[in-house]
Amino acid sequence: MDNKLIIAKSEPLWNTNNRVVFLISSLIILLFALPLFGLNSFYLHLFIMIFMHAVMAQSWNVIAGFSGQISLGHGAFFGIGAYATSFFYIEYGISPWISMPFGILVSGFFAILIGIPMLRLSGHYFAIATLLIGISFQVVFQRWDLVGAASGLWVPMTSEDSWSALQFHSSKVSYYYIFLVFFIITFFIVWLLSRSKLGYRLRAVRDDPQAALSLCINVSNYKIIAYVISAMIMAPMGSLFAQYILIIDPDRVFNIEISIIVLLITVLGGIGNVWGPIIGASILIPISEYSRIYLGGTGGAVDLILYGLILMIICIFRPDGLISFVPKDILERKKQR
Amino acid sequence: MKVLSVENLSRSFGGIKANDNISFEVEEGTILGVIGPNGAGKSTLFDLITGYTKADSGKVEFFNKNIFGLSPDKISNLGVGRTFQKLKPFADQTLLENVMIGSFVNEKNIKKARDRALEIIDFVDLIEKRHHFAKELSTGQRKRLEMARAMAIEPKLLLMDEVTGGVDQKTIPGLVDLIKKLKKSGVTIITIEHNINIIMEISDNVLALDQGKSIAYGSPKEIQQNKQVIDSYLGTFDAA
Amino acid sequence: MTSEIILQAIVTGLMMGLIYALIAAGLSLIFGLMEIVNFAHGEHLMLSMFSSFWLWSLFGLDPIFSIPITILLMAFCGIITHYFLIRYILKAKMLIQICATFGLSIFIRSIAQLLWTPDFRNVDKPLLEGRLEIGSVFIGQPQLIASLVCLVAFIGLYLFVTKTETGLALQATAQDRHAAEILGIPSNKMFAIGWAIGLGCVGVAGGMMANYFFIFTDVGINFALFAFVAVALGGFGSIIGCLYAGVIIGLVESLGGLLIDPSFKLLYVFAIYLLVVIYRPQGLFGRY
Repeated sequence: MDNKLIIAKSEPLWNTNNRVVFLISSLIILLFALPLFGLNSFYLHLFIMIFMHAVMAQSWNVIAGFSGQISLGHGAFFGIGAYATSFFYIEYGISPWISMPFGILVSGFFAILIGIPMLRLSGHYFAIATLLIGISFQVVFQRWDLVGAASGLWVPMTSEDSWSALQFHSSKVSYYYIFLVFFIITFFIVWLLSRSKLGYRLRAVRDDPQAALSLCINVSNYKIIAYVISAMIMAPMGSLFAQYILIIDPDRVFNIEISIIVLLITVLGGIGNVWGPIIGASILIPISEYSRIYLGGTGGAVDLILYGLILMIICIFRPDGLISFVPKDILERKKQR
Repeated sequence: MKVLSVENLSRSFGGIKANDNISFEVEEGTILGVIGPNGAGKSTLFDLITGYTKADSGKVEFFNKNIFGLSPDKISNLGVGRTFQKLKPFADQTLLENVMIGSFVNEKNIKKARDRALEIIDFVDLIEKRHHFAKELSTGQRKRLEMARAMAIEPKLLLMDEVTGGVDQKTIPGLVDLIKKLKKSGVTIITIEHNINIIMEISDNVLALDQGKSIAYGSPKEIQQNKQVIDSYLGTFDAA
Repeated sequence: MTSEIILQAIVTGLMMGLIYALIAAGLSLIFGLMEIVNFAHGEHLMLSMFSSFWLWSLFGLDPIFSIPITILLMAFCGIITHYFLIRYILKAKMLIQICATFGLSIFIRSIAQLLWTPDFRNVDKPLLEGRLEIGSVFIGQPQLIASLVCLVAFIGLYLFVTKTETGLALQATAQDRHAAEILGIPSNKMFAIGWAIGLGCVGVAGGMMANYFFIFTDVGINFALFAFVAVALGGFGSIIGCLYAGVIIGLVESLGGLLIDPSFKLLYVFAIYLLVVIYRPQGLFGRY
């Protein structure tokens, strides 16, 4: 008896599979080296979009996958980030590097503001409320003259590449590296979160809030914490996206499509799993970009048809996402039987 | 030392008095058994004590500290653990993870919390199942999981709702032994039981409820001889 | 601001509210039955308006005559939805259920956009036209008839659910599908019926609105949002609650637009939703 306990205690906390460590590190090196092989600007764009969407989906994964609250209006935080940098750059010439953290804070602040009343709601009530909030942001920004109302904000172009203004016109390589760094940092933040005490407690809240209460977990506080973290991950992507395309308007950055795609990527890849958003984004974004090239143009709805179809098929046949094809003991915790 | 004292606790749901003026006390290191037919208000009593349901009136004191009206997480934080009649394991997580969520309450370090959880899992005899998902466990094993999880917060008072309900005959003795073992470790326990023999065997005091009212409260011997209990609940008590 | 204008807003709001009520009733019926929120409800409404439009444009059928066809089409659509999607996700987690109907909504809307382009259409010279003048209040005839038809349909739905055998079977399934199965009520069939009726309601509302509303692929979004709000307001699963809630929403929308600023109509309704779900999560009229 005691023997078994001693054996159990001697097990490592995490199954750090050498193959996975090797895989991750070589992938990171490969991604850093990739532009050196002279990717053309379409492929750079493709990778930038994959990185960006993986981070956005990771943000959604924190609130939906870890704490179990389905937000259908997560585009709001993307838009807040985008407007924060563009507005302060245009009005006061403040560098995006300074306004980006500000956007993160504003986003987190709004998450608290929204979260305190809303996260007392559960299930469908919360989902519908967030859907309404996402649209409310769009409606308000469409009519807010200070930030350009419906026509949005045009970021004045610098005459040459500038790190301080976060604008690069000669090549997309710099954008590639910036997005890549954010992608890697976010991955590790969420990865650490999933293994922390907070991560354990969030999963408890997700699986059974009633039982979580009996274990000293203040369920609403933990939901709010998850919501704030999630919002703060989302905002810098909005900021970077604004600097990448240099023109933002409510229909672009507060579009419900943003809320849809983060959900779709996460569900496709595997919800509640750190790898899910990465797998989802690397499959979905190429499909979307290619379908826009070969099929799109007219109305651009083709990729949305695919999104809807994929979402339904995944829900019916693989509710745990594509990650469920990968044997559990390779990626995450070892389950000894 | 009084661990819990409940005075005139009442709660009604739309005219039906689920708990009507319930009063009792629990001494440190003892087991209080709660009996009563279905719908007598036993689980409601647990929900009132642990804050899951707001009581209409009454007084609940835990170590002479008023806990009436506190939220469930605050009450559990003071050291009141509980299990649920309708089991609520974290289904998509392993047994170890389930218990670790409890042991994180007193142990911030993840390795130490893991080791503490393993000790408790060993205590409830499930060490070999530690990496199984909660949804893969049998009902009896999930009852043990809930007990282990509640123990992991190191409660001073443990409320257990129908530990032996819904499990097969062979599993019952093990669960009863576990309750005795728990008592020996110094935890004060309130347990709801359907099985009258078990209650008489393990309890120091028994509270009998019927239709929301407390009809008898005393030692198992006194309860056995209480006419009202025999009439309304025990019926053919001779068998015990 | 005169009392006539306010009266006008109240009448307009009331008429709109009855339509919201019927749309919400369909949503509520489905939710009450299987605890699934149909996030594609707005798209189903859009489909019913297009059905009405195409029957008019291709076969010259006036919307008022094509209503029965539209209802049947929508009921059929409901059965298909249940058969190909919903029955697979009945036991899934709520997250998956939400994602699945959300996926359906994206799918229908974008297919419609591909087929019919996002252009605005309308039925030219329908039989129902013109407006009545009662006192100083103008009432559009198509609007009036539409809301009256919706009210009748609503009453019909209510009587059906509470008085007929099938309706009672639906209620039994809604309360406890396992117990109902033991009594010989096949829940799968009841779910299909529920979807057929739920979308049939949408068919009535969409068909009547085709008389006077612009028809385009995104038309359903706002209606669906209002229906969500109405269902939450009325208490999830309660049908009669939808009637009150729909009217409240219609009034809030038109009076808020009149008294404050019409461009934020949506926000007033959302504000009502938030207030209600936070302070009375069981809905204003919910039994629970």
